[in-house]
Amino acid sequence: MSETPSVLVLGGGSTGCGIARDLAMRGVDVTLVEKGNLTHGTTGRMHGLLHSGGRYAVSDQASAEECIEENRVLRRIASHCVEMTGGLFVQRPEDDDEYFEEKLRGCRECGIPAEVLSAEEAREIEPYLADDIQRAIRVPDGAVDPFRLCVANAADAIDHGARVETHAEVTDVLVEEGEVVGVEVEHASGGGSADGLDSFVHGEPGETSELYADYVVNATGAWAGQIGEMAGVEVAVRPSKGVMTIMNVRQVDTVINRCRPKGDADIVVPHETTCILGTTDEEVEDPEDYPEEGWEVDLMIDTLSELVPILSEARTIRSFWGVRPLYEPPEVGSEDPTDITRDFFLLDHAERDGLPGMASIVGGKLTTYRMMAEDIADHVCETLGVDAACRTAEEPLPGSADFSVLREWMDEFGLRSPVGLRSAERLGSRVDEVLGEWDGPNPTVCECEAVTRAEINDAISQSGTELNAVRIRTRASMGNCQGAFCCHRIANELVPEYDESTAREALDDLYQERWKGERHALWGEQLSQAMLKHHLHATTMNRDGDPAATEGTVDFDAFDAGRAEGPADASTGDRREDAARGVVDGDS
Amino acid sequence: MAIREDVLVVGGGIAGATAALAAAETGAQVRLLSHKKSTLRQASGLIDVLGAVGDNGTEVEPSGLVADPFEAVERLPNSHPYRVVGAAGIRDGLRVFDEAVGDAYAGTHTDRNALVLTHGGTVKPTARYPESVAPGLASAAEKTLLVGFAGLTDFDAPVAASHLDAAGVPFEVDGATVPFPVEFRDDALTTRLAKALDTDESGARRGLTDAVADHLDGHERVGFPAMLGDDDRREVRAELEDRLGAAVFEIPTGPPSLLGLRLEDLLFDALDEAGVRLSSGNPAVGYEAADGRIESVLVDRRGREVPYAADEFVLATGGLVGKGIDSDRESVSEPVFDCHVPHPEDRYDWSEPAAFGAHEFARFGVVPDGDLRPTDGSGDADFENLRAAGGVLGGADTAREKSAAGVSIATGAYAGRRAGESVTGREAEEATR
Repeated sequence: MSETPSVLVLGGGSTGCGIARDLAMRGVDVTLVEKGNLTHGTTGRMHGLLHSGGRYAVSDQASAEECIEENRVLRRIASHCVEMTGGLFVQRPEDDDEYFEEKLRGCRECGIPAEVLSAEEAREIEPYLADDIQRAIRVPDGAVDPFRLCVANAADAIDHGARVETHAEVTDVLVEEGEVVGVEVEHASGGGSADGLDSFVHGEPGETSELYADYVVNATGAWAGQIGEMAGVEVAVRPSKGVMTIMNVRQVDTVINRCRPKGDADIVVPHETTCILGTTDEEVEDPEDYPEEGWEVDLMIDTLSELVPILSEARTIRSFWGVRPLYEPPEVGSEDPTDITRDFFLLDHAERDGLPGMASIVGGKLTTYRMMAEDIADHVCETLGVDAACRTAEEPLPGSADFSVLREWMDEFGLRSPVGLRSAERLGSRVDEVLGEWDGPNPTVCECEAVTRAEINDAISQSGTELNAVRIRTRASMGNCQGAFCCHRIANELVPEYDESTAREALDDLYQERWKGERHALWGEQLSQAMLKHHLHATTMNRDGDPAATEGTVDFDAFDAGRAEGPADASTGDRREDAARGVVDGDS
Repeated sequence: MAIREDVLVVGGGIAGATAALAAAETGAQVRLLSHKKSTLRQASGLIDVLGAVGDNGTEVEPSGLVADPFEAVERLPNSHPYRVVGAAGIRDGLRVFDEAVGDAYAGTHTDRNALVLTHGGTVKPTARYPESVAPGLASAAEKTLLVGFAGLTDFDAPVAASHLDAAGVPFEVDGATVPFPVEFRDDALTTRLAKALDTDESGARRGLTDAVADHLDGHERVGFPAMLGDDDRREVRAELEDRLGAAVFEIPTGPPSLLGLRLEDLLFDALDEAGVRLSSGNPAVGYEAADGRIESVLVDRRGREVPYAADEFVLATGGLVGKGIDSDRESVSEPVFDCHVPHPEDRYDWSEPAAFGAHEFARFGVVPDGDLRPTDGSGDADFENLRAAGGVLGGADTAREKSAAGVSIATGAYAGRRAGESVTGREAEEATR
């Protein structure tokens, strides 16, 4: 066979994008389809922990070893997505000594650098730790931006010839003569951009397409069972939900873990300008539809305050839930989702179910996404007879090529230094391309997160009118004000490339999306902030009573048309007044 | 000796200022306590009285836009503060306001609402508007040019113009983005631009009209975001009108809102003139009471609690934004006098899933009796001599109704007058005895 083999990757999360990049780099013709935005599923809904492996050093040493290995790889290839904060496993008086020793031993057995700190030493690093903590183990945990990481993988895949198709939901798996040959997708409106990073949306809303390929990889995570069903095979993923609560500032600068076997609400991850509290672990039926409850948020705050007491008084800005794609081989049969391994599984449906042409990838975690992708790409290449080595562990992602780019941004691009610094951190080595080539004024559009017009426009060129995609690329509207001051400014940037009504719809979508998560933080300061936001958008802008957004028409004549100022013009004012009155009288 | 007044108003926003002015009109000696800068710098500077009445929980349709706010008061629920003060109370509030601001505001010539252009590109009903806004009303069918600046992300003139067009305004409207004639940081604030025009920095006024002239093309009026000068705003606008040969107006913007800041200045000048004493910079944190009457309000002055005594008190500390209403994960409270604030037990019932839904939190506040006195859960007044005004009052969804400033001035005037009269009335009684 002389033609380039083709592969369809289902799922635009970190795993799917990682697989697409890996295969594209090996010269395979790849198409990735995602039903929503990139990161739509689990990737966009995690706490951003770059595992050192310490978390699994007792319960799941194979995972722990993979984590520390990939932790080192990501620091190298994705430096602009990673912040090496370091992490602490903190012991409280009621936590078991024996487990502490076991954790320390486990870390060392798995090759995870680990050092014991006294309570005083731990508080030197994190002054807000509780007074009664006993001691801590320091490990190389970090924070990773899952959005940036995922998008960088997709971008690099595209650079290597892959095609990425977002807002395209798989509606059927095509099986011909006992073999998977492709999928049918239904396109939705994602407002893809006409140029830039190619369009991510190729079809018209409502239109279906049949996509054929030599091989299909099901990397849809918690949704893998649904894809399996379409192909007639059983993939028994066990979706498990977890809540994450976002604080308005970084109460801690290192990852704080509770040093006990397992439990809800045992980690705080500093992330950009915020801290993320996590999490719970509860099996759900449907990965799309599960209850998001206030007690889960309360549990985060109350339990983690035992480690960091000021959290009980601090301001939360929103909460969100994610669903883990847990999987264990059917013969294990764990009752409790926290017992299920975090390891990943490659299910070759030819071997397992007698259905060639497709494999599913389930389980795993973000930290090891690249390793998973490598394994799967190896499997796919072997199946298709492609002889090419994996290069993803060596070649940096776009943006991480040269991280010596932190220069004097103020002089360079006319930006105040904190703004320039934040942009440079987000963009990494793309900073010259995005900021340097921007022509014209570059004001700050989102002040909470210091995002400038150049960055917003760069994101629009990649993702079109889908402002939630712009948001995840830039962090715009993700700060304290939750879009109160910037949603409309971001939408304004869509014009003139898109028309005003498109921009208005995009604004409404973004505003509603911000509101969804903010509802889980509505008390104290954040309720006050929400009320201000409501006033700005409903009162000052009258967006809720906007005649342009509704069917009816306004009887403009019924309203005051003003009165001319000078006596010379008084008659004009009276005339208007009389005319308007006439309408009112006529109506009554 | 403790500081002593006839009437003490707690809160320095529009409700507190109106209450103090109304109380002073009765001849009472009035003191106004304010803590931080008021929320006026975040408000539009317009006086919305009642702009929309929708069925509770449904979207407000354009047909719900209210042309005559006085007539529409009857359609509000009984729990609304307007139902206490009535249309007469609203008129009295407007009178106090009109006298305070003089010719700086327009709209006194009619009962009807004006439709003002918003910086988001739509229109909004309002009862009083700054004179600089007046030439831009949406009911006047004059060909309109909107002008924005490249660095000013909050207002995009071409976007606003197409949006207004989609809203069906009865005039032709275009938008143009021009460079501001003086070079500032890319994201300079409107207040900085205003200052440059005030002082005509580097010939800013001529530079601006030169830049706009290219786009003028027969437009009868030209709208800018509210940044046309501050101290010398009349002169700035007159000069621009003269040079352009067109009417020039301002469009209210979000924070920092120059129109809100100017209104704050106007109100404080009026308070000065009325002889109201001002104490600012420290928060009210509690009170002393005896026999069902407040004796003094305690103000935290660098950790020391200082009593401010008076005969009558007006609580005008604002709503959720101004922190006159506070909340935690379990409950909602009024922090100074601990007045009753009704709220659903489950905090998830405080809001609606739709961003512009009929949120319960928007109605949070104290429950007034027929004399605007905050009541406990069973309808009895908490204190004989405490009245409440403005955002701290519950029962109004002022954002959806476009009634925030109206509720503040109507209840402020009502509470202030009642407070003042009960002191001066009692004094008169004592004198005749």
